[in-house]
Amino acid sequence: MPHDSAGHTPIDMPDDPDARIIRALKALLIGRGFFSADDVRRKIEELQSPAPARGAALVAAAWSDPAFRAHLLADGKVAAAERGVPVLEAGLIVVENTPSLHNLITCTLCSCYPRSLLGQPPPWYTSKAYRARSVRDPRGVLAELGWTPPRGIAIRVHDSTADMRYLVLPRRPDGTEGWPEGDLARLVTRDSMIGVAPALSPSAVGRDPSGI
Amino acid sequence: MDRLRFAIGQRVRIRDLPVPGHMRTPRYVRGRTGEVTQYCGSFRNPETLAYGGNGMPTRGLYRVRLRQGDLWSGYRGSGQDTLEIEIYEHWLAEVGKGAPDAP
Repeated sequence: MPHDSAGHTPIDMPDDPDARIIRALKALLIGRGFFSADDVRRKIEELQSPAPARGAALVAAAWSDPAFRAHLLADGKVAAAERGVPVLEAGLIVVENTPSLHNLITCTLCSCYPRSLLGQPPPWYTSKAYRARSVRDPRGVLAELGWTPPRGIAIRVHDSTADMRYLVLPRRPDGTEGWPEGDLARLVTRDSMIGVAPALSPSAVGRDPSGI
Repeated sequence: MDRLRFAIGQRVRIRDLPVPGHMRTPRYVRGRTGEVTQYCGSFRNPETLAYGGNGMPTRGLYRVRLRQGDLWSGYRGSGQDTLEIEIYEHWLAEVGKGAPDAP
């Protein structure tokens, strides 16, 4: 079968002036022996390897264990470390959604994000549009992303400007009473921990709600 | 325990300092008034750390809660909506004390 190359732009590395400077600097530093190309590759792999599953495990544990939930909300970094999830990049503040309050995370100045827990941020999170509009019109942003919180729920935006990183503790979905932590974690999406969506409902993962 | 310059619940004004270059106080909150909700600890100052300095002395870091209705004219959300942001102590002033916005 002939290879069909029509309608596909070749994928290429960016070639803007910044990218050229970075490549030249990298080549110089490797040439002078400061680090190796393998060091660079390994560091990129390390940065990109944490999956949102780390954050989801913390949320599921908080839903299951009231004492851990209290600890996580009071001292996120220490509580996470005790569950074997070190947060190395900064402090950690966990903010809890309730029936009357919904939290949303952003970083208007750059791209601060709890990478230890969620991996690399999605492209929209670092876009100028999200960074500008999430603080000015959070309800409009949420609606565009497909979720309209009721007017009775206050929205609180957290702008991570300095030495803290933020994780949203979403509300536990109805119909999950008695679920083991592993099953609960499947309901906790990356976006629910950024605060742009609620956690999934049991039916979204193909499970009937408990007790029905 | 560090000696806190601002108390939890205290009303504070975010100063509009003429600091060029790398700083962590976005323009949209400068000159605005809010309430201290948390003390986050003391950290090296990013304004000198970013330029090869050692960031000393460390600066206290506070979380300040502002009402969205106070931040944006014609804010479209609910009157209960808020924004919380981390601000270093040298960018904060007691409300009514009229600290000049100078370095």
